Amino acid sequence: MKTAVLIKQVPDSDEVKMDPEKGTMIRDGAGNIVNPLDLNALEAALSLRGEHGGSVTAVSMGPPQADIALREVLALGADEAYLLSDRFFAGADSWGTSLTLAMALGRLGPFDLVLAGGKATDGETGQVGPEVAAIMGLPCSTYVSSLSCDGKYAFVRRTVEDGIETQKIKLPCLITVLNDMNEPAMPTLRGKKKARRAAIGVFGAAELGLAKEDVGLAGSPTRVVRINHPKIARRTEFYRGRELDAGFERVVEVLRELALL
Amino acid sequence: MSAEVWTLAEVRGGKIHPVSRELLAWGKELADALGAPLASVVVGSGIKEQSASLAAYGADKVYVADAPEFENFKADITSATLAEMIEKYKPSILIASATTQGRTVMPMLSSRIGCGLTADCTELAIDRESKRLIQTRPAIGGNVMADIKTKGRDPQMCTVRPKSKRPLSPDASRECETIEFAPKKELLESLVKFIKFEAEKSVGLPLQEAEIIVSGGKGMKNAKNFARLEELARLLGGSVGASRMAVDLGWAPYSAQVGLSGKSVTPRLYLAFGISGAVQHIAGMSGAETIVAVNQDPEAPIFRVADLAVQGDAMEMLGGLIEAVKKYKGLR
Ligand SMILES: Cc1cc2nc3c(=O)[nH]c(=O)nc-3n(C[C@H](O)[C@H](O)[C@H](O)COP(=O)(O)OP(=O)(O)OC[C@H]3O[C@@H](n4cnc5c(N)ncnc54)[C@H](O)[C@@H]3O)c2cc1C
Ligand SMILES: Cc1cc2nc3c(=O)[nH]c(=O)nc-3n(C[C@H](O)[C@H](O)[C@H](O)COP(=O)(O)OP(=O)(O)OC[C@H]3O[C@@H](n4cnc5c(N)ncnc54)[C@H](O)[C@@H]3O)c2cc1C
Repeated sequence: MKTAVLIKQVPDSDEVKMDPEKGTMIRDGAGNIVNPLDLNALEAALSLRGEHGGSVTAVSMGPPQADIALREVLALGADEAYLLSDRFFAGADSWGTSLTLAMALGRLGPFDLVLAGGKATDGETGQVGPEVAAIMGLPCSTYVSSLSCDGKYAFVRRTVEDGIETQKIKLPCLITVLNDMNEPAMPTLRGKKKARRAAIGVFGAAELGLAKEDVGLAGSPTRVVRINHPKIARRTEFYRGRELDAGFERVVEVLRELALL
Repeated sequence: MSAEVWTLAEVRGGKIHPVSRELLAWGKELADALGAPLASVVVGSGIKEQSASLAAYGADKVYVADAPEFENFKADITSATLAEMIEKYKPSILIASATTQGRTVMPMLSSRIGCGLTADCTELAIDRESKRLIQTRPAIGGNVMADIKTKGRDPQMCTVRPKSKRPLSPDASRECETIEFAPKKELLESLVKFIKFEAEKSVGLPLQEAEIIVSGGKGMKNAKNFARLEELARLLGGSVGASRMAVDLGWAPYSAQVGLSGKSVTPRLYLAFGISGAVQHIAGMSGAETIVAVNQDPEAPIFRVADLAVQGDAMEMLGGLIEAVKKYKGLR
């Protein structure tokens, strides 16, 4: 079974700076991590490999320092990793990102299965997975909290608003995962050592057959035109320790104001 | 006249889901600003009759793709069908709800037809000068609000966060034109097979639809205490939420988790018992209309987003509230 996992590097805090001109994120500065859900996707891929054999390929689009994220997933057990990096990729929206990822997967594949996180903690559109699937003409299942494969089909349980849906999807397909899927492992010392020496393939737009006007900010149909930093504007009414009874009365009052009683 | 504004009705379990009405309320604002007709698109099985009911909530037209293959949501054939409908009727705007369905089918559609897509908007408006859609969405854990415009091909597409607008009050006298769309046979062959659906056995509505959420964290101390949140939720007609800590401790199912890696909720009232208010939790609930927090620690960050903050023991407060509510309801 040949599986690809989409890995996004994200800032490790939510103090992200925005470029007010371009409406894009400024990615240098603070520390970066692998998007947490992508580690769940990786773990799922590794456990399928354990069961069915095959390989796990990690693919990330990002600036050169996304190399660090890829070494982390190599340390966790991915067989190979590719970085899609080009100054023309910068500022891509989900559409531009998905096109770039899909072209790379087409070139590195074919894969039996592509796994992605349900959403990334920074842009958090959750659109990249299903978009990549549609570009590649693959069926797709989202919000997946458990997954198994039999070589021909993927069997998934999806957590939707009002319950759990079970689906069977023809391979090859793309699946986006939730964090109750599994518990990602920690990297081992041996893994880290191996990852440090591993070669990571790097592709730019030209190698992927993409014109610079089709990718990055230029190729992206959505544009952030303004950024506001909302202040959490609530006037907190505070009842401290000795005012518990008054606080209690106020809560009851609020329940009544909201016509709940 | 301007090109039509479309809303994608949501069909769940063979029925048009109420969230479809909220979309029409948004759609109506946009359509009025543009002087354009408002239409809903409905894709489902045995759904034609029900579709006309959307007229009362503002639809001037409904486009219906009704086929047995659409029973149980399938993103691949739904997006393929929508792509054909858009090709044929050329709407200027398409909005869908930011539900598990909308957030699956819309991105697939966006890739198929080469149009941009803005995710999970909480505000929509028409720019006076350019007449283009301004889509506002929270990102980066709610730390920024971004205004987004779509260039290039129409429709301008976005998903809209459920409960970001109330439906219009229904006007039963309104009628709408129904236009049936018959997808080609080959469009209806899905590679996804539905096997089964197990409805969640939880108190009240699914969290994203709940008007009231009674939520608890590690400060509830144990599973037995945590279970009492259910009692209050039942009495208030609400649903139970949880912090990740409470979920990790096994006091609540993952489906109840509120926050960055759980659900984003926007109830009218969010009651937080023994939740510290980590940024990851706040990311999922700061959009609630009213927030009441009970915590022993006066420095608990949850108090910073609360409208009403009470320092004290969660169980004491919870027990008291259950009694008080029962009394008001004449249950005691
Ligand atoms: C404030 C703000 C708002 C934005 N709003 C929108 C919007 O509404 N619409 C839009 O199209 N774009 C939007 N963008 C741009 C969008 O965030 C970027 O296009 C980004 O590359 C896609 O990331 P995401 O965080 O949305 O990914 P998601 O779709 O949330 O990520 C899901 C999964 O896809 C995979 N993935 C995502 N990106 C990569 C990558 N670079 N390399 C490898 N795998 C990846 C990962 O597995 C990830 O877990 C916005 C950006 C900002 C800063
Ligand atoms: C990538 C990532 C994603 C995450 N996603 C989520 C998410 O989606 N949702 C989420 O909730 N968390 C999430 N977290 C975890 C988050 O950081 C916190 O650890 C978690 O929210 C804490 O849960 P808590 O408030 O129940 O527990 P704690 O932080 O331990 O807080 C317990 C609180 O109870 C109070 N307390 C104790 N006793 C009493 C009493 N008798 N009466 C009243 N109050 C009392 C304490 O003062 C304290 O404030 C995530 C973390 C990471 C790193």
